[in-house]
Amino acid sequence: MIPLTWYLILSGILFSIGAVGVLIRRNAIVIFMCIELMLNAVNLAFITFSRQLNSMDGQIFVFFIMTVAAAEAAVGLAIIIAIYRNKATVNVDDINLMKW
Amino acid sequence: MLESLLFLIMGSITIACALCVVFQKNPIYSAIFLIQTMVSLAVLYVLLHAQFIAAIQVMVYAGAIMVLFIFVIMLLNLSKADEEGERDNLFFQKPSAIILGFILVVMIGAVTLKTVFQGVKGEYTPETISQIGNTQLVGKMLFTKYVFPFEIASILLFAAIIGAIILAKKRIIED
Amino acid sequence: MPYFFGCSYLDLIGYVLLFPIAGTVINGLLGKKLSKPVVGIIGCTAIGLAFILSFFVFVDLLHLAPEHRVFEKDYFTWIGSGSFESIAGLQVDPLSVVMIMMVSGVGFIIHVYSVGYMQDDDGFYRYFTYLNLFTFSMLLLVLANNFLLMFIGWEGVGLCSYLLIGYWFEKKSASSAGMKAFIVNRVGDFGFILGIMLIFVTFNTIDFTEVFQAAPEHLQMGGFVVTMITLLLFVGAIGKSAQIPLYTWLPDAMEGPTPVSALIHAATMVTAGVYMVVRCNVLYTLAPFSLTVVAVIGGVTALFAATIGLAQNDIKRVLAYSTVSQIGFMFLACGVGAYIAGIFHLVTHSFFKALLFLGAGSVIHGLGGEQDMRKMGGLRKYMPTTYKTFLIGTLAIAGIPPFAGFFSKDEVLLEAFTKGSLLIWGLGAFAALLTAFYMFRLLFMTFCGKSNMSKHAEAHVHESPMIILIPLLVLAFLSIGGGFIGFPTASAINSFLAPVIGGGHHGTVDGGSLHHVSAGMMFSMMGISTGIAIAGIFIAYLMYIKNPDLPAKIAKKFKLIYTIVYNKYYVDEIYDATVVNPTVKTSFILWRIVDVRIIDGFVNAIARIVELKGEVLKLFQTGYVRNYALSILLGGVIIIVCSLILL
Repeated sequence: MIPLTWYLILSGILFSIGAVGVLIRRNAIVIFMCIELMLNAVNLAFITFSRQLNSMDGQIFVFFIMTVAAAEAAVGLAIIIAIYRNKATVNVDDINLMKW
Repeated sequence: MLESLLFLIMGSITIACALCVVFQKNPIYSAIFLIQTMVSLAVLYVLLHAQFIAAIQVMVYAGAIMVLFIFVIMLLNLSKADEEGERDNLFFQKPSAIILGFILVVMIGAVTLKTVFQGVKGEYTPETISQIGNTQLVGKMLFTKYVFPFEIASILLFAAIIGAIILAKKRIIED
Repeated sequence: MPYFFGCSYLDLIGYVLLFPIAGTVINGLLGKKLSKPVVGIIGCTAIGLAFILSFFVFVDLLHLAPEHRVFEKDYFTWIGSGSFESIAGLQVDPLSVVMIMMVSGVGFIIHVYSVGYMQDDDGFYRYFTYLNLFTFSMLLLVLANNFLLMFIGWEGVGLCSYLLIGYWFEKKSASSAGMKAFIVNRVGDFGFILGIMLIFVTFNTIDFTEVFQAAPEHLQMGGFVVTMITLLLFVGAIGKSAQIPLYTWLPDAMEGPTPVSALIHAATMVTAGVYMVVRCNVLYTLAPFSLTVVAVIGGVTALFAATIGLAQNDIKRVLAYSTVSQIGFMFLACGVGAYIAGIFHLVTHSFFKALLFLGAGSVIHGLGGEQDMRKMGGLRKYMPTTYKTFLIGTLAIAGIPPFAGFFSKDEVLLEAFTKGSLLIWGLGAFAALLTAFYMFRLLFMTFCGKSNMSKHAEAHVHESPMIILIPLLVLAFLSIGGGFIGFPTASAINSFLAPVIGGGHHGTVDGGSLHHVSAGMMFSMMGISTGIAIAGIFIAYLMYIKNPDLPAKIAKKFKLIYTIVYNKYYVDEIYDATVVNPTVKTSFILWRIVDVRIIDGFVNAIARIVELKGEVLKLFQTGYVRNYALSILLGGVIIIVCSLILL
């Protein structure tokens, strides 16, 4: 039985890597993948706490997170396809109509 | 002993693959590495006695969602050449992002190490879980305590399906 | 006595105000669409009804015992703020009833005259709207039961005076004269307002009855407070009644139509000051210094204006200066404590001065607009009725018995001699001599002697129509018989008005009756007054009928004095240089520099600062999604750091 703080630190590291990825990459799909990475890190934290508190609630919550992640991925990728059809690029820097 | 060794190996693999996801130029390679990250996470879930979730992770996340990603990448015909060669307009975005990420890691680590975790302990110890069976327990919870979110989740998926179809449909130009 | 719906007429006093304001509203809103006769009928009926009602109120008032002849009716509380309360209420007592009968009666006559005089004018309905509004304000002024409501009427008549003087506003001289009247009045009103404020501060109320009852206990005789109050109120009276030094607007006000001059600047508005002084006689009796000021200013103005009137050639100007002089007489009477004599002269003056102005209007109308007396002469052949009525008016103003002016002027001079000093009487007597002289000069130059009319005027001169002549006849009748209400030793007006003077309704103090004067003194004064008048007439006869060249010779001999008097002692020019031009220059500076540069610049500067801040802040909206994501993460990290440090 290893101390559960290790799992939490691992989760934190994964989360930060995902966050940095969102900020650095310019390809919209890769940004999406980094977001999935962040969601996975959170899943790991939930499972850890579920284990620590001897409860099933964490695992149920992870179940729902996965459901939502699936739905979100589907819709998000559909949007990217729509944008690609309009602008022929998936570079987020080119979608800057909100500039002053 | 075995547990800590397994954790160290799988943890390092996870972190390495995550870094590759972020820093690979080709989007297909990023997707492959992400799949690997998820599989190693599934192993970690098994270590934490959440076998059902581990199975679901591999089946749904790595098997369905990531495949969807790869389909889209192939559909849009993206390659390494798309991103390379473009000058980064925001030249201080990269350094500040890395610094920020570093601070984030340090903070989360500090928070985790400083806090004293306490909470009301539930009744499902690992022995109880292995006695009843993880999947049975998840199922039981889903249909008694969390039945309402369960039903709502189905509606959510329904909405997502319709949304995705509408958004990605090819426009038919009527003559 | 017919009773209207079972209540006495005193209760209906509000209708005296309602009729004129209804006439104003109807004529103002619908007048443009109505035909001229209808507008005229509405205007005249409004005032006519007011007059009939005032008469019935007067009769009703007589039913009450002399000591209790006060009726107050409050309508609503207009301002109620802390201890300051101003109630819209009317007060009927002998003084106000005399005033409303005079105002509505003479007003009605002049309204009828105006229908004929103004019939060729395009703005007919506008004229009658303003005239009705004026009558409303004047009635409000005399009926009010507190200082603030009286001041509303005060301001109202000032406003209508401005509107009516500048009636032909396309003429620059007319609109300037209107502005001049309003501004000079304003100067007086400033003093008036200060007086009202001082009254409130001293008595904590502005109701007439309460103030006058509290005055004898509250104030000491000749004290600083009561002197200041009375002097400030008198400053208002100076402005409104055109005394020295605020009289310059009245001669210029002759730019307005002649009926306006008759109503406003002879009979009613300019007498508002006298009314105010008599209404506040309780306060003035407590301040002998103010009374002296009133008498001196009244006497000096009477003489001063009379001298200017000697040399004027415009028929209306002579009458204007004559008005200033006669009001000086009224103030002289008030100043020596003979308040009732002042009101008596006010009433008779309204009769004969209105008659004189309307007669002058008839002359101008008949000559097609000519106002210069040097181009008139011999008109009595062509306008006999006008001449006869004008002669009656002139005899009245000169003070020849038994016309109205004789009784009132004689009483004023008698009171000046017995209650005042020889100097005061001397001022009044000399002014009376000059009055007789210049009025008959006017008569002779206009109606008698040989004709100096232009050929064109002579061909078209005609007597005025009946609608103009009938008012003249009515006023002539009043000028003959009106004096008898003040017949010495049996003076009806004295006993009627006595309760108003002194202590309000426990008045047993006589307000200047002649009871204490011996019969010998009385008759000798009468003789002296008549002699003065006859002397003035004789000199005028000598100069203008017997030796028509005499005036020109005298003018050449005393050229310097003549020029000064002819140019009204250059008072207007002095005012222009000392007061008007510096004010205009200061206003210019305030406008150009303070308003445009400083204040507008300040506001604009604030707008510029906001704009600049916006310029800086808009740089945050780069449009790049990654920047926004960075700021989100930055915010999250800051929150974690803060929670880590603080907890």
